[in-house]
Amino acid sequence: MSKKLIIDDTEIEVEDGITLLQACEQAGAEIPRFCYHERLSIAGNCRMCLVEVKGAPKPIASCAQTVNELRPNPDGSPNVILTKSALVKKAREGVMEFLLINHPLDCPICDQGGECDLQDQAMAYGVGGSRYVENKRAVEEKYLGPLIRTFMTRCIHCTRCVRFMTEVAGVDELGLIGRGEDAEITTYLEHGMLSELSANVNDLCPVGALTHRPWSNTARPWELRKTETIDVMDAVGSNIRVDSRGPEVMRILPRNNDSVNEEWISDKTRHVWDGLKTQRLDQPYVRRGGKLRPATWEEALGVVTQKLAQTEASRIGVIAGDLCGAEEMFALKSLMDRMGVANVDCRAAHEAFDPSLPRSSYLFNTTIEGIDDADAILLVGTNPRLEAPILNARIRKRYLKGGCEIALVGAQVPLTYRYEHLGTGPAALSELADGKHAFAEILSKAKAPMVIVGAGAYRRFDGEAVMALAARIARAAGKDKAADWRVFNVLHTAAARVAGLDLGFVPGKGGLDTAGMLEFAKHDGLEVLYLLGADEFDMPPPDDVFVIYQGSHGDAGAHRADVILPGSAYTEKSATYANTEGRVQLGLKAVFAPGEAKEDWAILRALSAQLGHTLPFDNLTELRAAMYKQAPQLQRIDDVTPATEDPCSALIAREGKVSDTPFAEVISDFYLTNPIARASRVMAQLSALKAAAATDARVTPFGTDEASVQYQMSPEA
Amino acid sequence: MLADKDRIFTNLYGFHDAGLAGARERGGWDGTKAFIDKGHDWIIDQVKDSGLRGRGGAGFPTGLKWSFMPKSDPRPSYLVINADESEPGSCKDREITRHDPHLLIEGALLASFAMRAHKCFIYFRGEYIRERERFQAAVDEAYEARLIGKNNIHGWDFDLVVHHGAGAYICGEETAMLESLEGKKGQPRLKPPFPAGCGLYGAPTTVNNVESIAVVPEILRRGATWFSSLGKPNNTGTKLFQISGHVERPCVVEEEMGIPLRELLEKHAGGVRGGWKNLKAVIPGGSSVPLVPADLCEDLTMDFDALMKVKSGLGTAAVIVMDQSTDVIKAISRISYFYKHESCGQCTPCREGTGWMWRVMERLVKGEAQKREIDLLLDVTKQVEGHTICALGDAAAWPIQGLIRHFRHEIEARIDANQAAMSEAAE
Repeated sequence: MSKKLIIDDTEIEVEDGITLLQACEQAGAEIPRFCYHERLSIAGNCRMCLVEVKGAPKPIASCAQTVNELRPNPDGSPNVILTKSALVKKAREGVMEFLLINHPLDCPICDQGGECDLQDQAMAYGVGGSRYVENKRAVEEKYLGPLIRTFMTRCIHCTRCVRFMTEVAGVDELGLIGRGEDAEITTYLEHGMLSELSANVNDLCPVGALTHRPWSNTARPWELRKTETIDVMDAVGSNIRVDSRGPEVMRILPRNNDSVNEEWISDKTRHVWDGLKTQRLDQPYVRRGGKLRPATWEEALGVVTQKLAQTEASRIGVIAGDLCGAEEMFALKSLMDRMGVANVDCRAAHEAFDPSLPRSSYLFNTTIEGIDDADAILLVGTNPRLEAPILNARIRKRYLKGGCEIALVGAQVPLTYRYEHLGTGPAALSELADGKHAFAEILSKAKAPMVIVGAGAYRRFDGEAVMALAARIARAAGKDKAADWRVFNVLHTAAARVAGLDLGFVPGKGGLDTAGMLEFAKHDGLEVLYLLGADEFDMPPPDDVFVIYQGSHGDAGAHRADVILPGSAYTEKSATYANTEGRVQLGLKAVFAPGEAKEDWAILRALSAQLGHTLPFDNLTELRAAMYKQAPQLQRIDDVTPATEDPCSALIAREGKVSDTPFAEVISDFYLTNPIARASRVMAQLSALKAAAATDARVTPFGTDEASVQYQMSPEA
Repeated sequence: MLADKDRIFTNLYGFHDAGLAGARERGGWDGTKAFIDKGHDWIIDQVKDSGLRGRGGAGFPTGLKWSFMPKSDPRPSYLVINADESEPGSCKDREITRHDPHLLIEGALLASFAMRAHKCFIYFRGEYIRERERFQAAVDEAYEARLIGKNNIHGWDFDLVVHHGAGAYICGEETAMLESLEGKKGQPRLKPPFPAGCGLYGAPTTVNNVESIAVVPEILRRGATWFSSLGKPNNTGTKLFQISGHVERPCVVEEEMGIPLRELLEKHAGGVRGGWKNLKAVIPGGSSVPLVPADLCEDLTMDFDALMKVKSGLGTAAVIVMDQSTDVIKAISRISYFYKHESCGQCTPCREGTGWMWRVMERLVKGEAQKREIDLLLDVTKQVEGHTICALGDAAAWPIQGLIRHFRHEIEARIDANQAAMSEAAE
């Protein structure tokens, strides 16, 4: 069905159910707005989008009325909508005047200047002077935590922030209290906001009432170079824009991508930015006399070459970390293949992935966008709120639409939607797999069920057996479903993992995996350990192992290193990442790496020449050509290569004995999960805030974490 | 003048027993079952034929409003009765709820039955504490006597929930009331969708004023033609008038619609203080309608259409009388303050405009303004009026528009006086 309208003399046919505002935009008319936002519920409170509908007694808020709600004309002719009439112009000027009478008009000192909706629209729809001679309203600043700086006098009460926090972030932390002109946005008790998505309210704020506290007053938008790239803080691969000035990253903002992050990013993705400037490895180091001393590239590469050349291949181990791009992993793997080193791994200890199985065995096959279609979701050993906040927001979005059952096996964590807690460990999973639990029936009756396996389930000694159980549930649930619907999903936590698995960055024949290498090192077997940005270890390798650390930040790996080769962080190199869905995305270089640090693939290329195993590429283009030959799916940038083969049978074939140990929570501190985050002052503040709120809600100056507690649903709830 | 036999509210002043026994003596709960046996549509048709217009202020035909309710819908239907009587000047619903509660309860049952609702909520104004207690006692009595409740003697399961508000004027707006009933902040909803399509808890809902519901049983008992024979065409029936201000005996009185204002004041309220000639202006329908100056009051009749003609409105028929001693600018300024104070703050024109209007009014009271600011103020009221989510913006704008329309000369005189005093002081 469609509906005919006449908008400013243009006759247009629009689809049913869209709002007048959308219809006007389709007709090419520009409608100013403040409170309306495509991804939030409709508030209709700013009154800026008023349009005239012929025959209606009053101007109509176009954001809040659908085309079907227009009263039909008595003669059956299409409704006439005017967006440029004198009435509309007067109405807009009136609303704009009202918005500005109590607005401080302090644009020159406002951080929003240059990207302010109010400023822009005042230019277009405002009048030159002010008729208001009374005193302006002043509103006290609010404390909303370390990420949000407030100038509440500037607030125009559009409530976008309130709607975002309640609808998308799923916590009732922010609200409008008071009424009339005394209405104020606040966190009620003025505690810092504790949601993982809170900083998005700064983007949503159409004025300078909520601005980014960490980078406040450091840059103007028009003096920044904007680089569109990819985030590596989790395996979602949020699309971001890195704004830089000279050699410095000034801020990180979200980019719109409906398939991945819509237009939200987590607080970690955004404010890890200051971690890019501290604890940097900006020159090579070599350990001499027990101490790391600065060295030249020649010296450092010389020491590494000598050590590697002297050591037997079976006594060399290579581990790639969580933030690596595909290019450097490919270069390192190629070099190790040439040297005959089989002890190569990109997985954390005991991660039960095997690239020899179908690719779909380690991917989020439903895709993130697919969550919108799901009607039953089983979470296994995962806390998506911490492992992938953006994906969690997607599940909440689905939940809010209604008709989606969600259950969790694993630690009972506070999520932003109601779920049924089925148990803490593999026992509950076995019950489900045997169809003994009621939720198994819900899954099998659902049209589009999902099983999401998280790190708590696959990262353990019996990970393969647990995956097999999950696969059995998925296979049973997937019976008689749409042919292209994939039930089995893996939620990764590391940005590098999927590309690493795609490139076969796993032990070769007779090689050891990460756990094996560390064990081997303990028994004097391993002599050299090459860490490519790998820092997340439970135990450091013993002292007599020679550790080469290539990476960007001085963290666990660098502290233990004997030689440090300074690499570049994700904003300083062009690199390919595959997110948890297997979506391949290309990150671009926003700034140069600090000091003498180099791009990682180039370091490896130089090392290969010194070792006499010269890698056959001299630039990124040649490297990528070689890489695509090995893993062709990686050349489909921005795309997901659909999993054709169902992974369940292959996974079930590896069924084994499972232990009774409950699934662990893999992320203990959301804000400190990688070397860059650990170097960030903002992340440390947030971590402290959260810890304070968690230990004693009453004593902290920041108030309570009521919001999370409230969502900690018991199974009976 | 309304004959005693035609009065609906026979215990308006609480001289008799407000309880069930007293109500029955006065004819309440008589033949209720018979009306229900005649079916849903019969009741709606009777109310339509009676010409009853909503008594809450807008004057929308009640029967027509009821007929918008869906006849078959999987969702439950609700009736919500608006007892959040907060309009300055209005005080009729409190008399009904505390002195004639059974008329309202019976009306609620009949109206709910007509709209196929099994549940009715009555939303009491926060300040009406004793009224709510009295009404709750009557509801308990009715439950006890199985007049309402599950398996009652009328054969239509019916629950009546008494809900107590927290004292916000805006919660008298029908959709804000629904929000408040749902436990949310009382802020008006966007319309459409209208409550009949999607109201309380997303179900079809009709919101009616206390008086509109309380007259229904008598309309059915005495017939639609009886009701429509009272008053004037299109303005039928009786109405509770609430007379306050500069009259000898302020009172609430039931009268025929369309009674001349002068007759109303002189018959029931002892006339204007100091005689009819001493009248300066009248606010005929509660604080939100524009005032009517004395020269237009001479032949003014009290009904929807006649008051519309003098650019005012019947509103809730709360007549506020002001004699020549009144500082009418100050009076309207006080009303402006009320609307500024009660604006919910949701939408821009009302939130920002009510404060602006009040501040200018405060200066006009003292004459500390320029004459051009009168037109500025008028322009601001026009910028608020019709641009807001609910009618509070209009209600804030109208009194000022009325003031400027009729008393501009007085405002200008005060500005002149002030400027003269200032220049004298300067010399």
